[in-house]
Order: sequence, then C-alpha cells, then structure tokens
Amino acid sequence: MTAIQLAMTETYEIDAIDRQIIAATQRGLPLSNQPYHDVAKQLNLDVKDVLLRMQNMQDKGIIRRIGVIPNHYKLGYKSNGMSVWNIPEEKISELGQLVGSLDFVSHCYQRPRFLPEWPYNLFAMVHGKTHDEVIAKVDVIASLLGNNNRGHEILFSTKILKKTGLRIG
Amino acid sequence: MILHSLDRKIINHLQGGFPLTENPWDHLSRQLDIPVDEIICRIGRMTSEGVLSRFGPIYNAEKMGGGLTLAATRVEPDRYEEVTEIINAFDEVAHNYARDHELNMWFVIATETPEGIQQVIDRIEAQTGLKVFNMPKQEEYFLELKFEV
Repeated sequence: MTAIQLAMTETYEIDAIDRQIIAATQRGLPLSNQPYHDVAKQLNLDVKDVLLRMQNMQDKGIIRRIGVIPNHYKLGYKSNGMSVWNIPEEKISELGQLVGSLDFVSHCYQRPRFLPEWPYNLFAMVHGKTHDEVIAKVDVIASLLGNNNRGHEILFSTKILKKTGLRIG
Repeated sequence: MILHSLDRKIINHLQGGFPLTENPWDHLSRQLDIPVDEIICRIGRMTSEGVLSRFGPIYNAEKMGGGLTLAATRVEPDRYEEVTEIINAFDEVAHNYARDHELNMWFVIATETPEGIQQVIDRIEAQTGLKVFNMPKQEEYFLELKFEV
C-alpha cells in the first residue's frame, strides 16, 4: 500500500449529515438533560442516528473526545512556553512519547527542521503559573533527555494576535 | 481562582468520556455522586465565567480530510503591525501568536484540503515578501488530556 492509499483509508469520508452534526456541535453541546435529543431535534434527525454517527466519528478519531475543555489561563496557568528540541532522528519516537507523557506537557509533536535557521524537530507545549515555573519544567525535560538533547529553546508567547478556533464548514 | 471541590471534581473527571447515550448524565451523576441538575448547573456557570472554554466534542480537523499546519515567520519590528494585519486577514489563519524569538510570529493554518496549505503560504509570502516556514506535524505524541486542577 502506498502512503497516499494509506492516508486515504485513515480519512473517514464524512457526509453532509455528519457535517451538519459537526456544525451544530463544534461550539458545544446544549446544556440540557438530553443534549443529543436536542441536537437531533434541531437537525430534524432521529437521536439514534445522531448517536450512531457521533460514535462512528469518535471511533475514527474525527471526534477526539467529548467533555469539558478547561481554560488554562483562567485557572491560573498564565504562562505557556513552546519548548523546542533538537533530537537525533533515530531517537525521536521514543523520546517524543516520553516527553508527551509528562503531565505538564499539553501537546507534543515532531515537526520538520529548517537548517541552518531552525534545528529543532520536537515541540512540547509547557504550561505553568509563572515563567519561572515553565523554565523549571523545561529543565526537567532537559535532564530527562540528557545527551540526546542537542540544543533547545523556550519560545514564550508575548501576545495573542488572533484566536478564532477551528471552524468546519 | 479558587474552585469549589465539586467544580474541581467535574473538571478532573470530564475532560473526555462524556457518554454517547440518550441519557448521558445519569451514568455520570452516579459516577461523580453529584445530582444531574447540579452538574449541568456547575458546567453552565463555569462556562459563563470562562473557567471552561467549552463543553462538547473536540473535532480533529485533519481526519476530515482538511489541511493543518503550524507556520512561522520573521518580521522586522517596524513592519510587525502591517504583517499581522495581512496574515490575520486570511480566514484560514486560525491562531496567531507573537513569540520572543528571531522567528517572532507563529500561526496555525487550517484549510479544507491538504493542498490548500501551500496555496495560503504562497499568498502570504507574496503579500508580505517574507519567507514562511511551514512546520506541519509529522508525528503526534499524545497524551490523553490530563489537566488536573
């Protein structure tokens, strides 16, 4: 199987009704006794159909999870640092999983390098109540990585220039 | 912000796993030992206070066949405002952050098709005259959400 074929099998083809459900729920579920009934009513669908489709989307990973989404900033985690690391290619899978499993890391990704300007291939978002706390947590990551860390930096956000959230059709 | 212990319990137990059933609250109410009405009321209040940014499903845009990437560029301080305006004007730019680095502008691009990403980058480069670094994720090291309060 080629990479493209593989990518296609991993992409579940959502149809027009799935899209309606996504559009109706991406800003949130109704806070009612039977939220899925309300979504179904709004879209003129049977609740069993809504549940089946959402279950299917969850099984396929189109829905990552359903629940409450806390606002880090409001909860006192006012500092976020994007830590970026230069890790040997052959170690990145193992070490990426290690860093991603830390409870203060919210996102952890491998991304491409751009040499010579940008040598970093592992990104880990670190949250803390203060800059110093973020710096201390990044030090914990550095000591875990040891010699496999060929260099790192923390990029603190200084301003949110735009934040709209992802919107789907 | 000081949270009530029941709010904390709800946040810690409900960052995923909200049931896909006709009466989803019943099971949760038994699990958390909080009456249904009270859970609903607390989530509503925390949402309006901004402690929760949302209650509901989190969708994964890429799995729907769209494109998603993180991009960065280096902007001279005297052009920062102008370039911010150009980049933010793209509907495909969902988030944009100023960061303290030589690459000082970082933004997320989301498009309906994977090919759309390069088109948006080409247009941003043409309109700003700047080089845009396209850094799509190659691997994700996930992490169940585990944000404890």
